[in-house]
Amino acid sequence: MLEQRAASFTRRSIKTQSKADGLRLALSMVDLTTLEGADSPEKVRSLCRKAIRPYEGDLDRPVPSVAAVCVYPNLVPVAKEVLDGTGVHVASVATGFPSGQYPLSVRLRDAAQAVEAGADEIDMVINRGAFLAGRDEEVSDEIKEVRSAVHPAHLKIILETGELGNYDAIRRASDMAIEAAASVGPIRDGEVFIKTSTGKIAPAATMPAVLVMLEAIRDHYFATGVRIGMKPAGGIKKAKAALHQLVMVKETLGDDWLNPKLFRFGASSLTNDLLRQLVRMERKRYMAAHDFSEA
Amino acid sequence: MNDANPTASASTASMWEYAPAPERTPLEIDDRYGLFINGEFRSPNSRRWFESLNPATGEVLSKVANANQQDVDDAVSAARQALPSWSRLSGQERAKYLFRIARRIQERARELSVLETMDGGKPIKESRDIDIPLAARHFFYHAGWADKLQWAFAGATPRPVGVCGQIIPWNFPLLMAAWKIAPALACGNTCVLKPAETTSLTALRLAEIFQEAGLPPGVVNIVTGAGKTGQLLAAHEDIDKLAFTGSTEVGKKIAEVAAVGDRRLTLELGGKSPHIIFADAALDQAVEGVVNGIWFNQGHVCCAGSRLLVEESIQDEMIRRLKHRLGSLRVGDPLDKNTDIGAINNPEQLDKIKGYVEAGQAEGAVLHEVTTQSLPKKGLWFRPCFLTGVQPSHVIARDEIFGPVLAMMTFRTPEEAIKRANNSPYGLAAGVWTDKGARIFEMAKRLQAGVIWCNTYNQFDAASPFGGVKESGFGREGGRHGLRAYVRI
Amino acid sequence: MPQRVDVAKTWKLFIGGQFVRSESGQSFPIEHRRHGTTLNLCRGSRKDLRDAVEAAHSASEKWASASGYLRGQIIYRMAEMLESRRSEMSEALAAVGTSTPKKRLDEVDAAIDRLVGFAGWADKIEQILGGQNPVPGPYYNITVPEPSGVVGVLPPDRPALLASISMLAAPLCAGNTIVMLAPEGHPLPVALLAEIIATSDVPDGVINIMTGKREELMWHLADHREVDAVSAANLDDETLTELRQRAAESLKRVHHDSVTAAGWSKHESRCSPWNIEPFVEMKTMWHPSAC
Repeated sequence: MLEQRAASFTRRSIKTQSKADGLRLALSMVDLTTLEGADSPEKVRSLCRKAIRPYEGDLDRPVPSVAAVCVYPNLVPVAKEVLDGTGVHVASVATGFPSGQYPLSVRLRDAAQAVEAGADEIDMVINRGAFLAGRDEEVSDEIKEVRSAVHPAHLKIILETGELGNYDAIRRASDMAIEAAASVGPIRDGEVFIKTSTGKIAPAATMPAVLVMLEAIRDHYFATGVRIGMKPAGGIKKAKAALHQLVMVKETLGDDWLNPKLFRFGASSLTNDLLRQLVRMERKRYMAAHDFSEA
Repeated sequence: MNDANPTASASTASMWEYAPAPERTPLEIDDRYGLFINGEFRSPNSRRWFESLNPATGEVLSKVANANQQDVDDAVSAARQALPSWSRLSGQERAKYLFRIARRIQERARELSVLETMDGGKPIKESRDIDIPLAARHFFYHAGWADKLQWAFAGATPRPVGVCGQIIPWNFPLLMAAWKIAPALACGNTCVLKPAETTSLTALRLAEIFQEAGLPPGVVNIVTGAGKTGQLLAAHEDIDKLAFTGSTEVGKKIAEVAAVGDRRLTLELGGKSPHIIFADAALDQAVEGVVNGIWFNQGHVCCAGSRLLVEESIQDEMIRRLKHRLGSLRVGDPLDKNTDIGAINNPEQLDKIKGYVEAGQAEGAVLHEVTTQSLPKKGLWFRPCFLTGVQPSHVIARDEIFGPVLAMMTFRTPEEAIKRANNSPYGLAAGVWTDKGARIFEMAKRLQAGVIWCNTYNQFDAASPFGGVKESGFGREGGRHGLRAYVRI
Repeated sequence: MPQRVDVAKTWKLFIGGQFVRSESGQSFPIEHRRHGTTLNLCRGSRKDLRDAVEAAHSASEKWASASGYLRGQIIYRMAEMLESRRSEMSEALAAVGTSTPKKRLDEVDAAIDRLVGFAGWADKIEQILGGQNPVPGPYYNITVPEPSGVVGVLPPDRPALLASISMLAAPLCAGNTIVMLAPEGHPLPVALLAEIIATSDVPDGVINIMTGKREELMWHLADHREVDAVSAANLDDETLTELRQRAAESLKRVHHDSVTAAGWSKHESRCSPWNIEPFVEMKTMWHPSAC
């Protein structure tokens, strides 16, 4: 039933105005990401410009900026320099990304340094080794320590769903992450996210996996009135897939979550496909890949 | 506990709504449709026609022939004449006709889906994703049986039964036609099909497909009309086998009428199927099962899970989740691809549903529905809903409502759940949700029903036998077991 | 020597494991075809029938859920008991006019063998009639036969024993409980059968046997809403039609067979699973398959 329900969202038909609105909304939710060993300051600067002004052409309605740029800690100062004051956040992966296989002290210092360097948001990875071994308390304690260490930066907790084995485990990890973060102190909207994946492991943000996490967020809201954010990352490359995700969010959590404050896409190539569809709708013709700057 | 409903709460965030997404495939519908007898469409002897309406708009789609005694006689005699050569045709050859019909249904799927939705009121997403593909699947599945019947019945040699009279309801018009016709033809029988009065159009398109497939004249004949035509067919002396799908009330009358002579009979009748949720179930999935169980096809489903039995400790949780989920169901234009709940098939049915919900409230039950969405002005509509505070003795807990109305009750022990579930003259289907494997099997064994959905609901397939026990009828349709009704051994 | 006076008994009804006289307080005579004497049997009434159906209904759940292995052993025990009373049964057949000793013994032997045959079916029916269905999608889908419940059995007059045993054992082995109306013309072998069953480990109420007038009983059987199926053979058209019409109100399953006298002796065809199949309901179970 979970997979059936997840598939049902992909059969919603999003047309005309609602498609145009959805594409813009999705664009405003993108965490434009580059996490390569070969990332250079120049690449990051170019990405930041793309983030602020995703499309250089003329449209009747200007396209929104994306939500954030997500880079490795070393490159946070570069991104901060370009993005400061633009409204686009600087996000950084930390805590021994992507594996999390480092001593806790190293991971904590990693996160704290990224914040000191100017990161507004920290994407942390949970210790899957401990989780899969059943050492839930250890995982939970680490999340608490990271949340304290990065405060007041926002925290996104990566579960790496593709490594957890099944939906029950994804649900358990979601609940645990939310509980741990909540135990540190009150959560305002957008201060804590749960996130599917690092983008290094497939399968990543599949519809059913995201649905399980949305249900955990919904149930936490039912129980406490606190809104946790959601960030699917990895594998969402096409505008259509992004719209499916928005439909799922709308019908599972409601309109409050259709907001970059509470919902993000971890993506890179998605940005240009969103633009491509958006421009096609307004110009009434199909655009070429080279009509858009690199993302 | 926070009682706020996230989808309902006010928000400063942008409201993102789905724009209308109507299915626009153009469709040609003739002004009138004759009877399909002996391979041809012809005007009825009765010279009478009746209107087929679109329940979502009230507009007349077409006029359909109203068959009288003479017409039924003609159809039965065409089927009788076609019988010897069709039943003697090798199974291999019969199979090829059925395969071809399956292909043509697939190839004309869009047109059939749109017509089904316009004629019956069901959401296009259901006719597109369920009714029409499953109809094709039934022909495809049964095609393969035609030359394998000697392996289907241990130690017995199956022979065709003869001329089959088949009377079908309005809730799954083309699909029911396929359920009836495909196994009958595979087994070497010939048919006279009587579609429901309000939904004849797709069956008549199917007749066109038979023509395209070169099916020999008389092998399938279609007589349209109201209950009276059905009665004439049921009582016809030259029918060897009668298959009826519809209400238990009419089914009993049919059984009486058909009692004459050595006539075979199968009945697929009403239900009040229990849907049992234990506290250890995967609740979100169970909620989806409940939604699919009662709000699929406007609840016009004989096996709808219309009696929800919830373990007492999770009742509040279930109510909240169901209400939340109700909020995302979209009622309206059946041709809109985002519609979840379409139009109620006919005015009498709408009155009946309304009457039951009022009766339920009068008996003390509490109605839960989500009214934020407005209903279209014209057409026949009913909001999906559920009622709590229902007692097993209440009329809404006992009668088949055949609408999007769910009666919720509680239980404390498995024993009590079984007792409540089985306390009904019906026995079509039952649903059970629990994460405990051993309990699944025990429940499945002790629930009195022909189909048990465990940790799922409303799943159908041509390979899976469907049919009820007790007053939900007898005989199975689908699978190897469904062939039994169409052979003598 | 004064001639000894026979101690004549009136044959009783067998209901809920007890031998009871009819609530009607009536009996009916039949003539012993060989001796010319008169035998009396209880004339079961509507209320006796009601009691029999209730007994069968109460026994139903336990018998249905008993293992096929156990049901098979009990039916085999019936065969053992009948074998040990072979000559007595032969005598009962003589009383109802079965002509020669050989014919009588042949019928008794065939009846014993028929019981043995159905005893063996009790733990195999699911394997032959059930199965797994290859549905698309991640589902496990199986169909299993389950007993219909209470089956009313209306055997023909001839061959009184073999037809009755065949029609009794088929639904019985599948887990149904039985209310049998002994053949009105030739009731004695079935009345004796009740005594044999009573000593065969058959749980009380699983088999109930009534003697009496068909006309007074069968319509109540057809009407009774707790009777789930009726098995009849060689009825005339008019009776069959009325039976079906009356069964319609509760949607009872009616199974009717036309069998020649010789037909009953054909073990292979009379003991096929297709004689059992009319008294089972196919239950199909779906379960998703997933980690």
